[in-house]
Amino acid sequence: MAYSDKVIDHYENPRNVGSLPKNDANVGTGLVGAPECGDVMKLQVKVNPDTGVIDDAKFKTFGCGSAIASSSLATEWLKGKTVDQALAIKNTDIVAELSLPPVKIHCSVLAEDAIKAAIADYKKKQDELKPGVATGQHAQPTA
Amino acid sequence: MKLPIYMDYHATTPVDPRVLEAMLPFFSQKFGNSASRNHAFGWEAEEAVETARKQVADLIGANAKEVIFTSGATEANNLAIKGAAEMYREKGNHVITCVTEHKAVIDTCKKLEKQGSRVTYLPVQKDGRISLDDLRAAITGKTILITIMTANNEIGVLQPVEEIGAIAKEKGILFHTDAVQAAGKIPFDVNKAKADLVSVSAHKMYGPKGVGALYVRRRNPRVLLAEQISGGGHERGMRSGTLNVPGIVGLGRAAELCRLEMASDTERLRALRDRLNVKLHENLDEIYINGSQDHRLPHNLNISFAYVEGESLLMGINDVAVSSGSACTSASLEPSYVLKALGAGDDLAHSSIRFGLGRWTTEEEVDYVVEKLTSVVRRLREMSPLYEMVKEGVDLSKMQWVAH
Repeated sequence: MAYSDKVIDHYENPRNVGSLPKNDANVGTGLVGAPECGDVMKLQVKVNPDTGVIDDAKFKTFGCGSAIASSSLATEWLKGKTVDQALAIKNTDIVAELSLPPVKIHCSVLAEDAIKAAIADYKKKQDELKPGVATGQHAQPTA
Repeated sequence: MKLPIYMDYHATTPVDPRVLEAMLPFFSQKFGNSASRNHAFGWEAEEAVETARKQVADLIGANAKEVIFTSGATEANNLAIKGAAEMYREKGNHVITCVTEHKAVIDTCKKLEKQGSRVTYLPVQKDGRISLDDLRAAITGKTILITIMTANNEIGVLQPVEEIGAIAKEKGILFHTDAVQAAGKIPFDVNKAKADLVSVSAHKMYGPKGVGALYVRRRNPRVLLAEQISGGGHERGMRSGTLNVPGIVGLGRAAELCRLEMASDTERLRALRDRLNVKLHENLDEIYINGSQDHRLPHNLNISFAYVEGESLLMGINDVAVSSGSACTSASLEPSYVLKALGAGDDLAHSSIRFGLGRWTTEEEVDYVVEKLTSVVRRLREMSPLYEMVKEGVDLSKMQWVAH
């Protein structure tokens, strides 16, 4: 099976590999997939609380080249978007951009799931910080 | 050193130039039909076919009359299993095989089941071998055939064929073995294995594609098979169709070369395979050999690189031809059923690479593969959330994963 040039480029030069402090209140983390399915994606966003804009995004992926490319592309697209704009990213956009073949569509679905999971995690943290809502512990950056 | 490097000799092998040389005259000069009994063209072809039959027989300790030529090992497996099931239907309808067999055996057995046979698929132990106790326990009064491969095509694990053959013999059951990966690579003798039916393929032993053979025991017992391809009654009536003379000549010559060079080839390849294994272990932690190390083809290595997915690994070593058990490399999106059967967990199946070394593998190539693989595994682990979690002390087996 031949890979598209864009998949190869993301595989060879992945954008935004790494981790953000997961306990930071402004960081949302999404971890989706399962090792026995052959792909796990961790995608993180760091949101500016004043503007609601995603300042930074990082990923780590265990998966095939298309899964790595899908998550790499997702982090590229996330930066500079508002949380609501981020939620509008569809897996089909990723499929089109990377020219993924039908057998690799699940990689793009996983990337979309990872974005949604990261943002859900961020929103949950923000809700817990709101006055009147009981917070179990105060979030502390770990790094 | 020439790139890309071929290290997938279990998939297929290049035709040895000496084999090709033997075959060439049989395309346009000596083109006769070996079934033409009344002229020199036919005699010439027949003589070449009989020479090849002897060469194949000599490789496996058989008599030339016991060798039936086929289009390959898939056909040989089909003929052995379906042919025996049909011929001995009166005697019983039970077949015993194993979960890690090649699809040519598994799917043939599934077909038999649809036609009313009963099939037992023996599990394998962690090392990839069947348990002889399981085998004994599976035998019933209706069992007519045991079919267990000699060496596995993915993990190179050798089944205890001599013991299996002895059990089959004791119980009066036919024993078929798919010896495609073993024949020509390690000593194999039909009488030592007490095998009644043995499948071999030319293209796995430096011969051409599209030709193979089935050994069919003629004495003690005399094995009969129902033909699966009807026609002119070629090959003792078991396999009709004009013989592929150039292919058969190639198979014969390939078998002869394997027999003559087996000892030196084996020694050389075992040393190279061990070098590959040792160096990878020196460079990388958390890598696991799939299947028995003691009972294994000398030119096979199958390793799981934990926390790295197989297809992404292959992508990083794109100038090296190897295979992966990863689902992403298969059309079905299922990881290797052979590795799953070992019970090591699907995640390790997704992380596996099969190395098949062969006649033209060099030490320089092995060292190149080690270096390349080491850097790619390290890079992908830096990118792997699983590796990061493990380094943070997370027990991956206790995580709640959301399968998708």
